[in-house]
Amino acid sequence: MLEGAGVLRLDTCCKSYRVGAFGSNEVAAVRNVSFEVQPGEVVALVGESGSGKSTIGKMILRLLRVTEGTISYDGTDIATLEHQALKRYYADVQGVFQDPFSSYNPIFKADRVFTMLRAAYFPEARDDEWRAKVERALEAVSLNADDVLNKYPHQLSGGQLQRLLIARALLLDIRLLVADEIISMLDASTRIDVLNLLGDLKARGLAILFITHDLSLANYISDTTMILRRGEIVEIGSTPLVYGNPTHSYTRALMASVPQLHRSWDEAEAALAATSPAHVSGENGARLVEVEDEHLVAPERL
Amino acid sequence: MAVTAKQELRVQAGPRPSARRSEFLYFALRNWKFVAGATVVLAMLALALIGPALISTPPLAFTGPTDSPPSSEYWFGTTSFGQDVFAQFVWGLRAAFLVGALGGGIAWVIGAAVGFTAGYRGGLVDDVLNMLTNVVLVIPTIAILIIVAAYLNLHSYAAEAVLIGATSWPWAARAVRAQTFSLKTRDFVDIARLSGRTTRGIITREIAPNMSSYLLMMWILLFGGAILIGASLDFLGLGPATQVSLGQMMNSAYSSSALLLGFWWWFVPPGIGIILIVGGLYVMNVGLDEVFNPKLREL
Amino acid sequence: MSLRVDGLTVYYQSLRGDVKAVDGATFDVADGEIMGLAGESGCGKSTLGKGLIRLDARMRYVGGRVELDGHELPIADDARMNQYRLKEVSLIPQYALSALNPTRKIGRMATDLLHARGVDPHTVLPELRRRLQLVGLSEDVLDRYPMELSGGMKQRVVMVLSSVLDPSLLIADEVTSALDVSTQKAVARLLVEFRDRGFVKSIIVITHDLSVLAQIADTVMVMYAGKLAEKASTHAIVGAPQHPYTSMLLAALPEVGVRFADRRLAGIPGRPPSLLNPPAGCRFRERCPFAEARCAHEPPFVEVGPGQQAACWKVPAC
Repeated sequence: MLEGAGVLRLDTCCKSYRVGAFGSNEVAAVRNVSFEVQPGEVVALVGESGSGKSTIGKMILRLLRVTEGTISYDGTDIATLEHQALKRYYADVQGVFQDPFSSYNPIFKADRVFTMLRAAYFPEARDDEWRAKVERALEAVSLNADDVLNKYPHQLSGGQLQRLLIARALLLDIRLLVADEIISMLDASTRIDVLNLLGDLKARGLAILFITHDLSLANYISDTTMILRRGEIVEIGSTPLVYGNPTHSYTRALMASVPQLHRSWDEAEAALAATSPAHVSGENGARLVEVEDEHLVAPERL
Repeated sequence: MAVTAKQELRVQAGPRPSARRSEFLYFALRNWKFVAGATVVLAMLALALIGPALISTPPLAFTGPTDSPPSSEYWFGTTSFGQDVFAQFVWGLRAAFLVGALGGGIAWVIGAAVGFTAGYRGGLVDDVLNMLTNVVLVIPTIAILIIVAAYLNLHSYAAEAVLIGATSWPWAARAVRAQTFSLKTRDFVDIARLSGRTTRGIITREIAPNMSSYLLMMWILLFGGAILIGASLDFLGLGPATQVSLGQMMNSAYSSSALLLGFWWWFVPPGIGIILIVGGLYVMNVGLDEVFNPKLREL
Repeated sequence: MSLRVDGLTVYYQSLRGDVKAVDGATFDVADGEIMGLAGESGCGKSTLGKGLIRLDARMRYVGGRVELDGHELPIADDARMNQYRLKEVSLIPQYALSALNPTRKIGRMATDLLHARGVDPHTVLPELRRRLQLVGLSEDVLDRYPMELSGGMKQRVVMVLSSVLDPSLLIADEVTSALDVSTQKAVARLLVEFRDRGFVKSIIVITHDLSVLAQIADTVMVMYAGKLAEKASTHAIVGAPQHPYTSMLLAALPEVGVRFADRRLAGIPGRPPSLLNPPAGCRFRERCPFAEARCAHEPPFVEVGPGQQAACWKVPAC
């Protein structure tokens, strides 16, 4: 396996917007974010609103341009990809978004998302081959073809629509899926099914960038967790370490605020106050400091 | 069982399902405003198309007695120059439809192109196109048309239509831009980009179809507007001098003092003609609004 | 304060018939109680909450009785309900954040609201200002436009406005849903504080998020497909749920600490039934792993333990 094959890598990526009259002001949505997604790895990108997590997802999907820094896949800077190369990139990297009803053009049938791919990626496929491919993709997401094909989006449920989008990505045999809050608009009983689906796909070798604001979801399926605050990474590391030993004060406050069935907020706050990790201070202006193997934290001022 | 449900499956290909068309027709034909308006407009159109073929005399020929009121021979009477008013009326209708279709069509194409581009691309392109739109919007169109028409000495209604089309597109562009802005933020546009669609492809196959009802109504309004502006120009004597239109009829009637002399058959028909066509179009539009927007239907 | 609801039935009118959104709801809320009303989308919880204060144009009161503090609430009569709204019963509506008119200053909206309820704003303004400060907002918030405030601030403003006349019952409809985890905690705690300070007597908190209810509610009532499934103290619901739907719902919640590789959680297969033509018998039957023949008859919502009620044949009644 080639060094860097199938690896998505972000190097000090920044995204800023110009706002105000004639773009006189600059707002930074993402600041100096660097991380990697290895083949078959699930990386959770956790942040509240305004943290820049969706922006990072869109930059990886080339829907937004990076202002500074580079995003590379398989060793190539994705900003340089055009036409055929970009098409090949999209055959490896796809996305699913938060609102299932916004992701479909309401005047067309839902399975049009499949046929849109056919002309661009499978122009020579015969009808029966195409049909077989679609059915295989639907099976992989546990959808019954009769239930979902030939229907309009408003005739299907949110869970079915999200799965259809995942099936669409699988049709291309992708290697990395950017899942941006894909289950936050679903009901609790269907949420876990889609989450389990992602777990199964990961077991079959799919890498996933799981963007969410919900810490418990991130903990459920990810290998690596990254906590974002206002566009910057404050803590990143292997999931058991970040959850077991949260070091940055923001991470700790976040963990204590998550409502849980069997632990009250008061208990969580008491537990938080009881333990105080070694304070991380930055030397040499380092952005992230290693507190243990596979666990890095951004330095804080006291 | 030999044949399973899966084997009979057809994967949907192509965007226009017949269910939507028939639903549209169902509601359209039941909306009295749409039907009434469409009937009037189609009747006038029929008259405009077949009328000139049935009438042998050229409209500007001096054929009959001057200033005679409507009779069995001259249905709408004659002018002060002995011309057949009915013949002029029928040819005038044809000119009106020509100006409406061509002028409205040009305005529609420019408005849609500018609106889609500005709305989808945003940024600098949007700023520039916006400025252009605002400039053309703010210029008093009639004044410009008068000046240009006076200088150019228009020779045909086609030329007049082009002029009208080139100046009446701004409001359409703004409306299309606004709609495009809101549709652009929907996730299905991102999914289309992730499927390899080009910008042009997204506009024509994702965004425009979502606005199809709006685009249709816009065209109807532009059509009616072009007819009105054309009639105004002709009434001021700025249209093609050697041809007949409804506005031009009213111009001749006015300059020959038909109003003062009581020759009502000369200026009333063209006026009613304009009212019927434009009014019919607008009523049709109101009806279409109800058809497309289920919330407005009086169910 | 006491709220007694008996057989409340509210349907939605649609072109294709009546959607039986709330069908025969019977429950009590005691003085000082914070009751959580939980369920997934379409279960009728919002309809039930709204039905207690205002039936909008599409809703149709079909039957049942609501008694607040001993006298009957005329919920079917929109005009007569006006004297109770904001004063006895108050609602923080869903999407309250976007319910604030962006072209009006907050203070102006407050005075309009009070006028509409027949209350002289001047008598209330001092108390309003005091409460705004209490929740951590400065007085000048009344001079601001909604867009100048953050989501959490707007939510607090709406909460203060809804409770300024000290209503007996406050209905909070999905007030924590669109918020970040830290703001959610602050808003949820604020609800408890309102009750503790006596600004409101009791609260019905409508939400799909059971873990938030586990933090602030005294009792939880779970709804499914327009019917009440279970009602019990929070402790009992979380620790020993009786109705299969409740236990399956709780089992589908990933808590921090549960990992897919170690323990795969299960969802509830299937979808809720259509409420246009709901099936006869228990509405959860299709998806319930314990369904049996007698589930073809609808189980009554009865007491199955001290302070615990459930509608399931499997759970023996006391």
